[in-house]
Amino acid sequence: MKRSTIDLWVGIFVALGIAAVTFLSLKVANLTPQSASQTYVLYADFDNVGGLKVKAPIKEAGVLVGRVSDIRLDPKTYRARVTMNIDKQYQMSDDVSASILTSGLLGEQYVGLQQGGSENNLSAGGTITITSSAMVLEQLIGKFMTGFTGKDASK
Amino acid sequence: MLDLITSPLRRLGHAVINAVWRLGFASRFLLAILANSGQSLLRLQLTIREIYFAGVMSLIIIVVSGLFVGMVLGLQGYTTLAKFGSADALGAMVALALLRELGPVLAALLFASRAGSAMTAEIGLMKTTEQLDAMSVMAVNPMARVIAPRFWAGVISMPILAALFNVVGVFGGYLVGVVMIGLDAGTFWSQMQSNVDLHYDVINGIIKSLVFGIAVTLIAVFEGYDATPTAAGVSAATTRTVVTSALVILALDFVLTAFMF
Repeated sequence: MKRSTIDLWVGIFVALGIAAVTFLSLKVANLTPQSASQTYVLYADFDNVGGLKVKAPIKEAGVLVGRVSDIRLDPKTYRARVTMNIDKQYQMSDDVSASILTSGLLGEQYVGLQQGGSENNLSAGGTITITSSAMVLEQLIGKFMTGFTGKDASK
Repeated sequence: MLDLITSPLRRLGHAVINAVWRLGFASRFLLAILANSGQSLLRLQLTIREIYFAGVMSLIIIVVSGLFVGMVLGLQGYTTLAKFGSADALGAMVALALLRELGPVLAALLFASRAGSAMTAEIGLMKTTEQLDAMSVMAVNPMARVIAPRFWAGVISMPILAALFNVVGVFGGYLVGVVMIGLDAGTFWSQMQSNVDLHYDVINGIIKSLVFGIAVTLIAVFEGYDATPTAAGVSAATTRTVVTSALVILALDFVLTAFMF
């Protein structure tokens, strides 16, 4: 077997292919999944999660601190239990509050955290107790309408 | 009079039986390729030579088409997205459209019409000039010597070509969106990265192109091997390769998309 120019061209072709897949993985997709070793789990119970989805961002002061990993209905309390993977470098106080917010007018929903004043931090597996649920448009309109009719009746 | 009624029915029946017959033969043909692959993979030189003809020689058409497809996506996407005030999402739109659909499908269509038709014509001509029979007489298995190397070359080349098509297409979208129109480069890439998922989009796109590679190459070598050994037969087989490949690619694309996304 001897080397030939065809081998060189095929080598270049295969190298180009590997480079292309690498580029797609690193530059086009985001190949920085947070591994479980760099995150810890916190839970939060909401009355209503609205359109929150798994993998939705968790932000504090607008900075990404983690992602939602699971949403399920608690069979005992009938509230939505959201499992959150928080980056290990961020500690949460035990009176942190979580609310479900919407990015932009038509954007997707995310969890916003607001630190409290407590000195103690939540440990891994802890539950955030102070939560405010997602705004549901129908309920908002309902409140608005009843407020409207209430005003009419008082006149 | 009776013949007027029965003759179309006869032709229809003949066409159906022929199609089923060829499907069975193609399945057995694929098994024969797999059974004879060991020899062709041991003699890598044959497969590498075919990768050169199928893959390397298709580079130009793939790269140029990819660039223009990416640029058109950039232009069309920008005009539509700008209406909704979300021109920033252009990077994500171009990348997702290419990775999920356009890259694998268009690269496979181009591959079928450039490399697939050439394979069919070559094998068909070998059959017409009785080269395949001559090989058998000399105790050289044409399946292992001619068919299997071409099949594997196509299967290996297709994902590489699709990946290159995607990269050049993304670059084309960048050229139009950032260089020509003047969107922010950082936003272009960050939107792309936050919306493109490695497993969901990139890996699934590669799986798609691999499946298309198997389908197109199998059709190409089968049509060549099954060609009627005349000049007209070879030309008909080449036409059939391109037409069948295009239909199979689009049908498979629907099935795979339904499964994946």
